[in-house]
Amino acid sequence: MEESKVLMVFGPLHITDTVVSTWGVMIVLMLLSIVFTRGLKTETPSRIQVILESTVSLIETLIADILPDQSRKLVPFIGTLWLFLVVANLMGLIPGLHSPTGNLSITAALAIVVFLSVHWYGIRYDGFKNYLRHYLSPTPLMLPFHLISEVTRTLALAIRLFGNIASLEMAALLVLLVAGFLVPIPLLLLHVVEALVQAYIFGMLALVYIAGGIQTQQQHKDKKEKSS
Amino acid sequence: MSPIELLAVVSTVAALFAIAIGVMFPALAMGRAIAAALDALARQSEAEKSIMRTLFIGLAMIESLAIYVLVIALIVLFRNPLIEYLLK
Repeated sequence: MEESKVLMVFGPLHITDTVVSTWGVMIVLMLLSIVFTRGLKTETPSRIQVILESTVSLIETLIADILPDQSRKLVPFIGTLWLFLVVANLMGLIPGLHSPTGNLSITAALAIVVFLSVHWYGIRYDGFKNYLRHYLSPTPLMLPFHLISEVTRTLALAIRLFGNIASLEMAALLVLLVAGFLVPIPLLLLHVVEALVQAYIFGMLALVYIAGGIQTQQQHKDKKEKSS
Repeated sequence: MSPIELLAVVSTVAALFAIAIGVMFPALAMGRAIAAALDALARQSEAEKSIMRTLFIGLAMIESLAIYVLVIALIVLFRNPLIEYLLK
């Protein structure tokens, strides 16, 4: 629960190191993808192109497993989440840098983006009225529970990522204080695994939530078609 | 003991017990979930992908309970809102 350092002050705006590292991750990812996607070849792909293609196709198959017919629409959003979170979570391993995801503001912002996109994709798939109707299914009595679950799952998404990354960094620091130089290395190895798993889980849960918003519509449609 | 010393002792002990109990039960739950998943995997190894995916999501849900306990323990230890009330 350490305060993030304030690097610059513009009037009422305090630029902390978390903001700087988030923008750093974004700029690095954008520059790398612009540089590496230049001069793509179909016959003699370079080594980097093969790595990029296998990454993208892995993301596509993971999404297609859950949502076979809508996967093309979701690849940009979920893929960006995964790439950003992997880089951001692993950043804490570099000496002198902290993971931006160890800050509750960043994870809360990501969770809010996921919360809004659930509705965005749900409404885009089947229209406003039909989307709102799923809150009343199977009976209108379920409405409060639907609303509560919307809030709590978003909160849980933010707290889970923040708690994991922040506690890993803190644990390594505590072991360093108690035991000394080079002892926290096994914990840092655990950090690598945990960072990858947490990025996977965050993106996967976002995907499952969006799929839930879309699929309730689909069942509704199927039922209508059967009855008509 | 002055009230602030009492608060320090009590909050430390409470945080230790909270972590101990709050890790114990999610660990039991995760053990049961993994055992059930391995059982299903042994019966139907062709459903590996969906079993592993559901297992990971379920483990994340259970794990977040332990993380909630950690966050509360950290708040009690470092940002206890009651301290301000005592210092006034």
